[in-house]
Amino acid sequence: MQMPEPDPSILSRKAQIVARLRTVLPADAVIEDEMETRAYECDALTAYRCPPLAAVLPASTQEVSDVLRICHEEGVPVVPRGSGTSLAGGALPTADSVILGVARMNDVIETDYENRFIRVQTGRTNLSVTGAVEEEDFFYAPDPSSQLACAIAGNIAMNSGGAHCLKYGVTTNNLMGVTLVQMDGTIVELGGAHLDSGGYDLLGVICGSEGQLGVVTEATLRILRKPEGARPVLMGFDENEVAGACVSDIIKAGILPVAIEFMDRPCIEATEAFAKAGYPMCEALLIVEVEGSVTEIAAQLERILEIARRHNPVELREAKDADEAGRIWLGRKSAFGAMGQINDYMCLDGTIPVNELPYVLRRIGEMSKQYGLGVANVFHAGDGNMHPLILFDANKPGDLELCEAFGADILRLCVEVGGCLTGEHGVGIEKRDLMTDQYAAEDLEIQMAVKDVFDPSWLLNPAKVFPLGSSESRRNVRMAAE
Amino acid sequence: MRPESEADLAELIKAANGPLRVRGGGTRPIGAELDGSVLETGGLSGVTLYEPGALTVVVQAGTPVAELEQVLAAEGQRLPFEPMDHRALLGTSGTPTVGGMVAGNVSGPRRIQTGACRDVMLGVRFVDGNGTILKNGGRVMKNVTGYDLVKLMAGSWGTLGVLTEVAFKVLAEPETEATLVFRGKEPAAGVAALCAALGTPFDITGASHLEAGLDGDSARTQVRIEGMEASVSYRVKALQGGVLAGFDAVTGEDSARLWQEVRDVTPFAGHEGAVWKVSVKPGDAPALTAALRAQGLGFKAMYDWGGGLIWLLIPEAGDAGAARIRQEVARLGGHATLIRGSADLRARVPVFQPQPAPIAAIEAGLRQRFDPKGVLNPGLMAG
Repeated sequence: MQMPEPDPSILSRKAQIVARLRTVLPADAVIEDEMETRAYECDALTAYRCPPLAAVLPASTQEVSDVLRICHEEGVPVVPRGSGTSLAGGALPTADSVILGVARMNDVIETDYENRFIRVQTGRTNLSVTGAVEEEDFFYAPDPSSQLACAIAGNIAMNSGGAHCLKYGVTTNNLMGVTLVQMDGTIVELGGAHLDSGGYDLLGVICGSEGQLGVVTEATLRILRKPEGARPVLMGFDENEVAGACVSDIIKAGILPVAIEFMDRPCIEATEAFAKAGYPMCEALLIVEVEGSVTEIAAQLERILEIARRHNPVELREAKDADEAGRIWLGRKSAFGAMGQINDYMCLDGTIPVNELPYVLRRIGEMSKQYGLGVANVFHAGDGNMHPLILFDANKPGDLELCEAFGADILRLCVEVGGCLTGEHGVGIEKRDLMTDQYAAEDLEIQMAVKDVFDPSWLLNPAKVFPLGSSESRRNVRMAAE
Repeated sequence: MRPESEADLAELIKAANGPLRVRGGGTRPIGAELDGSVLETGGLSGVTLYEPGALTVVVQAGTPVAELEQVLAAEGQRLPFEPMDHRALLGTSGTPTVGGMVAGNVSGPRRIQTGACRDVMLGVRFVDGNGTILKNGGRVMKNVTGYDLVKLMAGSWGTLGVLTEVAFKVLAEPETEATLVFRGKEPAAGVAALCAALGTPFDITGASHLEAGLDGDSARTQVRIEGMEASVSYRVKALQGGVLAGFDAVTGEDSARLWQEVRDVTPFAGHEGAVWKVSVKPGDAPALTAALRAQGLGFKAMYDWGGGLIWLLIPEAGDAGAARIRQEVARLGGHATLIRGSADLRARVPVFQPQPAPIAAIEAGLRQRFDPKGVLNPGLMAG
C-alpha cells in the first residue's frame, strides 16, 4: 500500500509549525518528540506505520478550529483521529501531517430523555455513550465490536454499524446533528435535536466521509429506550446454502430479529478450541436474536424455530435463561480473539446481497485453496455484511502481500455479485485502490468534487478513500500553491 | 421533454442551454414558479429488481409510488417511511412518482421509528447538470464505500441531478396495528403524552396531536403500535396501564384511517391559507405555537413525529407569518418550509429555510459542481 512522499518543505518547517500550534494549545497538547509521536504512527491496521510530523490533542471546538486554521495557513495536511481503532488505516499519518486527536474531548454536553437524544463531544467512546444513559434504561444503538474503545468521532467518519443494525440501522440513521470544523477553521452546525434538514442533507454527507470534509467535535445522537428483554437461539446446519435459505425465509416471514450472525466451519472450529462455548461441529451456525417482552419473544421464537425446523437443522438450541444466552453468544463474541490465537489474520468487510451468500462462500472456499491461505467466515447475515478472516503468517516473507491479494479478490467478488467493498470499516488506505472496481471514473470524480467544496486545499486526510492516481492532481495543486 | 431512457435523459441535459424544470408526477410543486422547459421523468418506469428475502427493491425514478407499493404488497412488504401523498393538501392531480418522493425526502408518521426516506435509500443513479450518468451507493444495507451522496440527493429537489433509479430497503407489513386515542388535551399535554409514549420500550410507530377544530371540536392525541397480534395487544395494555392511561384503543381500518389523515395532512385540505412544515425538537413544539399566538398570529396546528413536525395552516396575508415563524425556529433550532402558498406568496417569501452563510456557501459550491451550467431547477433552493 503506497502513501504519497512527504512534502520536504513541510518537514523543514517543523519547528515553526509546532511553535505556532503551541500558541493556541497548552504545552502538553502538542506532541512533537520523535519517540512520543510513535504512539500515533498507526491505527488498528498495524501493517502500515509512519510517525506524523506532530500530534495535537485539543480540548474544545475552539481549539480544534485554531489548530485547523494554522495548519490551513501553513499548508499542512491534517489526519483526524478518534481512538485509532480503524481497521482500514483511516487514521494512518504521513510524515508531513499533523494528527488531530479528539481523545481529550469526551464530555457529555446534554442528555434529554424527553426528546430522546444525547449531545456529546466526539472523543467519547461508543460504549460510554450508552453508559451515560443506561441508568434511565436508554441506550445508543450502533454497536461496533470495538465499542469499548472506539470513539464517536471515528464512528461518524466510518459510519460504523455493528451486530444489531438490521433493526436499528447504522451510525447515519442514529446521528441527528454535528458541530463540524472546516479546514479553514470555520465552525458550522449541521442538524440538531430536530429531524431532517432545511436545505441539503449535509449531515448525511459528513457521516462516512472518513475525516476528509471536516473535523466533527460534537454530535447529537438518538438514544432509545432499552427493550424489555432479548433472547438468542442457535441453529446448526449441514450446508451453507441451507443456512442462507433459512435466513432468507425468516426475513420473508416478516420477522425482524435484532441480529442474525453466521459462522462457518473453520470459524466454529477455531472458536471452539479457544472459547469452548459448546457449539455443534457443523458447516454453518446461525445465532438469531429477538427482543421484546417475554410474550413477544416467545411469539417470535416460535415462528423462527418453526422455519428453522423446515430446513432440518443438526442443532437447535434455545436459551432458557441469561446464562444460556451468554453461552450462545460466547463463541461469536470471542471469534476474532480465537482467530488471533492461532494466526495473524486480516479482517475483511465486504457486503453482498443476502441471497448471494452460498455462492460467495463457495467461491471464497475455492480461492482459499488457490492462494493456500485459510479463511474463516463470520458475519452479519441479515444485512449481508461479511467479515472473512484470512489467516496468514506475518513473519513469513510475502505472506502479507499474498493475503492482501486474496482479500482484494474477495472484495472484487463482493462487487461482482452486486455488493460493495466495505460495509462498516471504511475505505481508508486498505480499499483505496479497489475503488475503481466499484465506481466508474465519473463516480469518483463527483465524490472528489464534494471534497473540493468542503476542503478546497485537500489538506484533510488527503491520501485516503480515493486511489492516489485519481486524487493526485488535486493533492498536487495544494503542493504547488505553497 | 419526456426521455424514455437514462441515456436519452443524459443527452437532453447535455444539450440543454437553458433552465429545465424537473418533474415527476407534478403532484408536489414547491418554490417560486420557475422558467424553463419541463423535463418529465415518467418515461423511466418500472421495478428493476426485487428481492423480498433480502428486503431490497430497485426501481426507476419515474415509477408511480402506487405501482411500487403494489409490487411490495404482493409480497407482504412496504416502504417503511410511509410517504405522504401531497395531492389532497396541494390540490394537485397526477401520479406521485418515486423520483419526486425521493427528491423531497418525503416521509410520513412512521418516520420517527423507521427513519426518513433518506434512511432506507441504499443507492441512486442520477444524471448531473453536465449530462453525466452517475451512481452512488448500491443495493446492500451496509455500505461505506466512498461518500454518501445518496443522502445528498434525497431532499435536493432535483437541483443537483435528475434521479433515474433508486434502491430501497423495505420492511414487512405488520400483522396488525392499533391506535391509542385521547380526546381533549391542550397541545402541551398532548405532546407531553407523545414524548412519554416514545420513551417507553414499546416501539411506537406514530405519535400525533391534532388541535381542537381539525377533527371536530375536541383535540385528538394518537399513538400507534404495529406488529404481531400478541405483541400489539400486550403493548396496548402496557401503555394503557402506564403513560397512556385513559386512552382508548382503535384497531383495523379505523386505526389506519387516523394515520392516513395525519400522513396526508387532510384536515388542512380544501381550507384556504398557506401551509408551513416546521421541524423542531419535539418538546419545543407547544411553546413554539404558543409563542407565535402570543405575537398575534392566528393559525391551525397539527403535530406529528411526537411533536417534532408541526403543520401550520395560516392566512396568506402579508408574509404568511414567515418572519415570525423563522425567527422562533432559528431561536429554538430547526427549520420551516413553505409547502403551500399562492404563486404570489411563493415569489415573495423564501420557501426553504435560509441557511447561515458558511452552509449557504457549501450548498452553492455543491450546486456549482453538480450543475455548473445552472440548468437543473435553477434558483429553487438557492435561498
